[in-house]
Amino acid sequence: MNLIVDALAFVFDTALDVAPIVFFLFVFQLFVMRERIRNVQQVLVGFVFVTVGLGLFLVGLEESLFPLGRLMAQQLTNPEFLYEVSGHIADTLVWQDFYWVYLFAAAIGFSTTLAEPALMAVSIKANEVSGGAIGISGLRVAVALGVGFGVALGCFRIITGLPLQYFIAAGYLVVIVQTTMAPKMIVPLAYDSGGVTTSTVTVPLITALGLGLAEAVPGRSPLLDGFGLVAFASLFPIISVLAYGQIAVLRGKK
Amino acid sequence: MKDSLVALSKDALSSLRDLAPIVLVIAVFQVFVIQQPVSGLLAILFGGLLVVAGLTCFIFGLRIALFPIGEDLAHSLARKGSAFWLFTFAFVLGFGTTIAEPALLAVAEEAAEVAVGAGAIADSEEAVSNYAVGLRLVVALSVGVALLLGVLRIVKNWSLPLMIIGGYILVVIVTTMAPPEIVGIAYDSGGVTTSTVTVPLVTALGVGLASSLKGRNPMTDGFGLIAFASLTPILFVLVYGIVMQ
Repeated sequence: MNLIVDALAFVFDTALDVAPIVFFLFVFQLFVMRERIRNVQQVLVGFVFVTVGLGLFLVGLEESLFPLGRLMAQQLTNPEFLYEVSGHIADTLVWQDFYWVYLFAAAIGFSTTLAEPALMAVSIKANEVSGGAIGISGLRVAVALGVGFGVALGCFRIITGLPLQYFIAAGYLVVIVQTTMAPKMIVPLAYDSGGVTTSTVTVPLITALGLGLAEAVPGRSPLLDGFGLVAFASLFPIISVLAYGQIAVLRGKK
Repeated sequence: MKDSLVALSKDALSSLRDLAPIVLVIAVFQVFVIQQPVSGLLAILFGGLLVVAGLTCFIFGLRIALFPIGEDLAHSLARKGSAFWLFTFAFVLGFGTTIAEPALLAVAEEAAEVAVGAGAIADSEEAVSNYAVGLRLVVALSVGVALLLGVLRIVKNWSLPLMIIGGYILVVIVTTMAPPEIVGIAYDSGGVTTSTVTVPLVTALGVGLASSLKGRNPMTDGFGLIAFASLTPILFVLVYGIVMQ
């Protein structure tokens, strides 16, 4: 019963977010462009689907994945658990003791990215525009690999306390080198994929992981060191998608 | 009607396939690593069902509404040929969809707390709320500017790699001047701005625009708008941190 009320509340909230956008689009097309909207009924039905779908999606995440994921992030960074797997107490922990955290970070980053609706949207479009040359699944797996690696590396950074900007600057250096070598058609898509990965599903979970880690590691402050994982998750997909383009070209040559 | 049902059930199947890896990861970690009982399994299963249903509806609606209207608008903007309305549309779309973004609200509040902790602003309710509101405005403004720049790039045929890489070099330079406590938040804010509803619209806008302008290729020129929307918030928030210092 509660869940139904929750679901309705989420759908209502989503409607409040979506309604101004729809209103703006319609007003612009009708009054500024002075053109009619094609298939207006279909578009309206579509927006209802978008709103209800997003609302249900969010309430479902809130009921299942988010509490579970947050709990697991806490459990994996819990000092007792870390002592059990490494035999080290808090002050003597070294970065290798957190291997379960790296594995979990990579696995959860990878799998939540595959379920990211915004990424699906971009992949569908890229597939359509490239005339099938870019596969919907291929692109998504490439992005997800990048996010998984990025989040794991971001955890390593929080644990070791190394400055965020070194990693980011080094990452962009790699991006620059790759850009000069990768096929031209993949570059804009690769740059975009950094931004689309980090929205609905991935961000809340990796933020919880970052904050949990910053609390568990002595000498880290959740306020200063807990942030930055999203930045890793946005940077590494650019690298992996550029690599995906390079590999596709290499395979094409054979 | 029948076609729609077929499309919907296809979407439902692919949603199931898309969510399976998450279930697998969680199950493996629960069973082999954490080894503690999970409470409320039934609620979790039901939540999972809602996720599948929601994702299915969203993707379906995306194909029949978000993509077509985004492209139609891009085509009419290109047909009309008014630079003023094109840029106004791009800016308002970016600003308007970001200012109300729930993820941004959360980040702005956290950022204000960090600023209090670092002694950058006074620990009063008014100062905190001013800081948070200011940050939201700055990020929304930055996304508006991003889409404007991105559309300008498509029209003028400027090089995307040069602009984006130049932008990130600027980010690195500004980072060295910004107060350390804002850096993590600034870098993260680039990721939170592009929401699930905005991304398809913006993508359709870019691709639609590139395909209706002569001499542009939708693949090499249509994408890239989101890249701008992930870059400018970092820069703007860093500058906001410097100014508010």
